[in-house]
Formats: sequence, C-alpha cells, structure tokens
Amino acid sequence: MVEPSVIELEGLSKTYAMGAVRVQALRGVDLQFKQGEYVSIMGPSGCGKSTLLNLLGCLDRPTSGKYLLGGYDLSQLDDDALSGIRGARLGFVFQSYNLIPQLTVIENIGIPLYYQGRGEEETLERAAALAARVALTDRLNHRPFELSGGQQQRVAIARALVNDPLVILADEPTGNLDSGSGQEILEIFDELNKQGKTFIIVTHDEHIAARTMRVICLRDGQVVSDVWN
Amino acid sequence: MSGTRLDFHVFAAPPPRVTYSYMKRTVRLGFRSLWMHRLRSLLTVLGIVFGVCSVIAMLAVGEGASHEAQEQIRRLGSNNIILKSIKPPDDEGTSSRRTYAIDYGLTYDDLNRIRATIPGVTVVVPGRIIRQYVWHISRRVDCDIVGTIPWYPEMRKLNLVQGRFFTIEEMDKISNVCVLCEPMAAELFPMDPPVGNTVRVGSAYYRVVGVVQAEAATATANPADAAEKGQETTAAAGASHRMYIPLSAAKHRFGETLVKRRSGSFEAEKVELHEAIVRVDKQEEVLDIAAIITEMLQRERKKKDFELVVPLELLRQAERTKQIFNVVLGSIAAISLLVGGIGIMNIMLATVTERTREIGIRRALGARRHDIIIQFLIETVILSCSGGLVGVLLGVAIPFAITRFANMVTIITPWSPFIAFSISALIGVMFGIYPAFRAANMDPVEALRHE
Repeated sequence: MVEPSVIELEGLSKTYAMGAVRVQALRGVDLQFKQGEYVSIMGPSGCGKSTLLNLLGCLDRPTSGKYLLGGYDLSQLDDDALSGIRGARLGFVFQSYNLIPQLTVIENIGIPLYYQGRGEEETLERAAALAARVALTDRLNHRPFELSGGQQQRVAIARALVNDPLVILADEPTGNLDSGSGQEILEIFDELNKQGKTFIIVTHDEHIAARTMRVICLRDGQVVSDVWN
Repeated sequence: MSGTRLDFHVFAAPPPRVTYSYMKRTVRLGFRSLWMHRLRSLLTVLGIVFGVCSVIAMLAVGEGASHEAQEQIRRLGSNNIILKSIKPPDDEGTSSRRTYAIDYGLTYDDLNRIRATIPGVTVVVPGRIIRQYVWHISRRVDCDIVGTIPWYPEMRKLNLVQGRFFTIEEMDKISNVCVLCEPMAAELFPMDPPVGNTVRVGSAYYRVVGVVQAEAATATANPADAAEKGQETTAAAGASHRMYIPLSAAKHRFGETLVKRRSGSFEAEKVELHEAIVRVDKQEEVLDIAAIITEMLQRERKKKDFELVVPLELLRQAERTKQIFNVVLGSIAAISLLVGGIGIMNIMLATVTERTREIGIRRALGARRHDIIIQFLIETVILSCSGGLVGVLLGVAIPFAITRFANMVTIITPWSPFIAFSISALIGVMFGIYPAFRAANMDPVEALRHE
C-alpha cells in the first residue's frame, strides 16, 4: 500500500518581475513529500529556497505548475482560502521567532486558533498543553521580550503545532540561536518527527541537514539533488 | 484510502467568524496595542477630545446667550411696538450755542393720532424718562425715572417682586409714590424692606410702594448686539436702573423742560414723552402697524426724532442670528473634528508601517484580509470613541464652570453630547478605513521580511 503524499509539486515555477527584468526564481520543481518525512532544503542564497518555502506555505502563488496539499490543488485558490489553509493546515517556524510583542506567551501560541474562530477556553487549554510540551509552563504569562532566544523559538514551535498542521515549515530555525539553544530546538524537532510530524526545513547548516532523512539541494531554481540519508 | 489526517474538509474558505467572542477579543487586543504606546495614543486622541468638547461647550454657550437674548426680547412683549424719542443727531452742533430749549420727541398728539386712526391698536402706554440721582439717606443711585401709567407692568411683562404698582387713583391725585426695579431696590435698601420706605429725588420724596423685576434693555435696535447684550444681562440691568412714578407726578415735578448740566455748559430739552408702548391685538399685524406708525409720525416731522423698537422683529432677527451662529459653530466644530480625524489617520498610518511585521506574522498564521481590517479599524474606533467620551465629559463640565465662574447662562441641549459622540465614532471609522485597508493589502511575504 502506497502512502499518499502530503505535498505534491508538479512543474512549480515562479517568476518575479523586478522592473524590466524578469527573474525566474523557480523553474519547474517536481517534488513529493510523504507524511512523517524530515526534509531539509539546501542551496546557495538566491537559489530559490525562500521562494519555494513561501509557495509551500501558501504565502505566495506559483506562476505556473501545480501544488497539491493533501491531494487538493491550491494553486488557484483565492487569498481568503489560502489564509484559511495557513491557519488550519500549516505550521511556521521562522528564523527570527516572529512572536507578537504585545501578546503573552500563551496568547502567541493561540493565534492560529484565534483566526479559526475557536472558542477562547479551548484555545487557552490547547495553548497551555503545547506550552507544556516545549517546557514553557512557567512562562505562560510572560511577554516575548522577557524570554531568551531559545525560549522564544520554543514558543514559536508550540504555536506552529497548535493547529495540528499537516506539515511544519521552518526557515533557518536555529539561525539566530547559539549552538546550545539550537541543539535544543533540533532535539524537539527530532522528537516531534518521531511522533509523526512532517518537517520541511530550509537551512544553510550542514549539521541540520545531516540529522534529516532527506536532503534536497536547489540551484538556480531547480532541484539538483534529492538524497536520502 | 486516505488516512484521517489527510481527510480534510476545510479547504474551502471557512465561514465568516465575526462572532461576539471574536469581537470581544479583538477589542481587548486593540486596547492592549494602544496601551503599549500610551503617550502616543493620548496625544493622538487629544484632537478629538478638544474637538468634541469645544462643540458641546460652544453650543451650550451660544444656546445660553441666544436664549437669554430671546427671553429679554420676549419680555418686551411680542405684541408691542415701542416708540422712543431720540434727539435728532444734526441738532447737536447748534444746540450748544442756542439758549432756548430744543423741542423734540413724541408728543401726546402723536399718541392720540395713533389711537384714533389705527384700528388694531388697543393700549398706548406713554412714558417720560428723566435721568436723575435717587437717594435713600446717604445711598445714591443714578437712575432713569420713568413717568408712566399704572398698567405699564402688564404691557412690559414685568413681574412684581414685592408690594404693588401704583394705581389709577394715585395717578389722578399726582401722588409721590414710586416703584423700584429689583437691583436698584437692593442697592438702595441693602438692609431694610424697601416697600413703605421713602427715596429722595432732588428735593422731593417718594414713597416706595413696590418692587418689580428688572426690565430688558430696549435700546437693542440693532439685532447683532441683542445677542451680545444677552451675555451681559447683569451689566445691562445695572446700567439701566429704573424707578417708576405716575406720569402725572413726573409732569408736575419735572416739568416739560429738562436741564442737563455738564462741565461748563448746560443744555435744555423739551420733550413731552420719552417713550410710548403701542400694543397690537394681532401678532401678524405688528410689523405692518409698525410701518404705518413710522410713516404717520414721519409725515409730521422735519427730522427723525423718534425710534421704533419692534420686539417681534428683534426676536426674528435674534433667531436668525442664532441660526448663523449655529452654522458658524458647526463649521468650526466640523473643522476641528476633521483635524482630529486626520491626526488619528496619520498616526494609524505610521502604526501600520511600524507593525508591518506583526501584520505579516498574523497573515502567515491564518489571518485573512478582513481580520486585519477589523483589527486596525477597531483600534482607530477605540481611539476616537475614547476621545469622544472624554470630550463629552469635558464638554458637559465646561459650561457648568462657565456658568459658575463667568456668570454666563449656558444651556446644554440634550442632543449635543450624543451628536458629538457619534460624530467622533464616525470619524474613527472614516479615517480608520484607509490605514486598515493599507495594512490588509500588504503582501504577506514582503511584510514578513520587513524589519
């Protein structure tokens, strides 16, 4: 029995018009990701990693090609529908944590549920449970600026998990952290992956790539290698 | 075949989620964001606060002033036409050289003619006014002594405060009785009751039989200063102290020729009647009859030595003045609120730019465009409404302070705080829309990259 793909990309292309010049950031990328995969995407800057991640995260729409998430074609959906999918089906972990400064830890974790119109009690309960999972129970009512970088990134992970996403997209998740905190974050990723979470991590770091099951290298908007560790 | 995790049903856009709980949380979030920048929010709101507060306060002062003016005019009697003698202006130069008295003003003949020829006219109240000092022991008041007839208070809608007005009998007997106006009585008799006491004018003594309320100033020929006068009621009343004596007594004691002494020169005037009040039966006829009287009197004279005051006309003019006043106030208020609104919009635009990253984060985490619009719109509305609320409180308090300390009548019309508040809320929505749409239309990728 073949396990269905969580994500399928068929000939995915993205062209930006920068003034008169047209930049082809992605030129026909074909990839499949299955549930439970732990993937890193590598490549030099300007190779199209970020563009690919933005497309995967429904933050942007492809110029051509198909993007199937869980078997559904998302390439033609409108802005509101894409927002709904981001909130309900995707988790994001950013390099600079991207927590909202005026909200407390528990409120930051609950944001995706807030935009799905879930009840307040349910949201807080679920947020508290996830804070416990990343060992931040004693920081629930702190503000982001009162936390260390590692702690902030753990809040971000809890936030990415709160909507039980199909896939977690991480953009240089350890880029702003010292090696100790970075290690901590990666261990959380490993553990979540063992529990069945799908991770796609964009990184420069060979060490991170080495931990993952599958390493995809991009160059000039095309996949140049796709290796299973 | 697909597992439960992939069997998802949320791919279509979820239903609108603007529920009560959602709004409650968004409002709370708005307060939180504004609280982060307390000083900025406070300064932003000041424009609206002052706008709203000045609208209410100015309306209250204007309303009070015009109410006062209209009240005064109404007290002159809207069915009345008041005739007054005035000295012909071009006589002034020659008069100082003449030795004989200047003869001018209304005469008894004039009144008889009016009474005989004009049908709608019922009562004619003649009056002579002599300016003299009135004494009580060592207290002195500069006042206008009005020689008049017993039904004067009815005509002028004056209420008796104490005692009575003099009677027809006293008029016939040429008794030395007098009625004082209220402020004058208070000045002459600070301790004892005025009724029953006497006052002295020159060498003659008059028994006080009553006290009436102060009369509205009649010199308001020009409607523009009718409104002004209203604001200085106490001052105006103080300036025109009046004492009423029977017309017959006035004629006997003071004669028809008045002598005014000034430094170095003296002037004599012969005036039969200083003032007369004509009451018209039907209010619609007041203006026509006033025109007829003017024409009738003018025909007999070489110079215009009389003046007509038509309270009804004054009232209409005062109403017109009030309308103009309201339009002016309204535009000032609109401008100040507009300025306040622009201030809010300016700050909200800056806030949106400053919070670009937050907008990107929210969009990435599932906020749709309208979620962002609502968030920023609510912040603007919170700003303008709290400004409006503070403005209303101040605007209601200030007229009280004005009444208390400046001794001016102010009237807060009940609708003005509501209108002012709703306008401030409306301004929040109006000036919040553009910044909110700008926030919502940011590209999430760009917004996330913003630093």
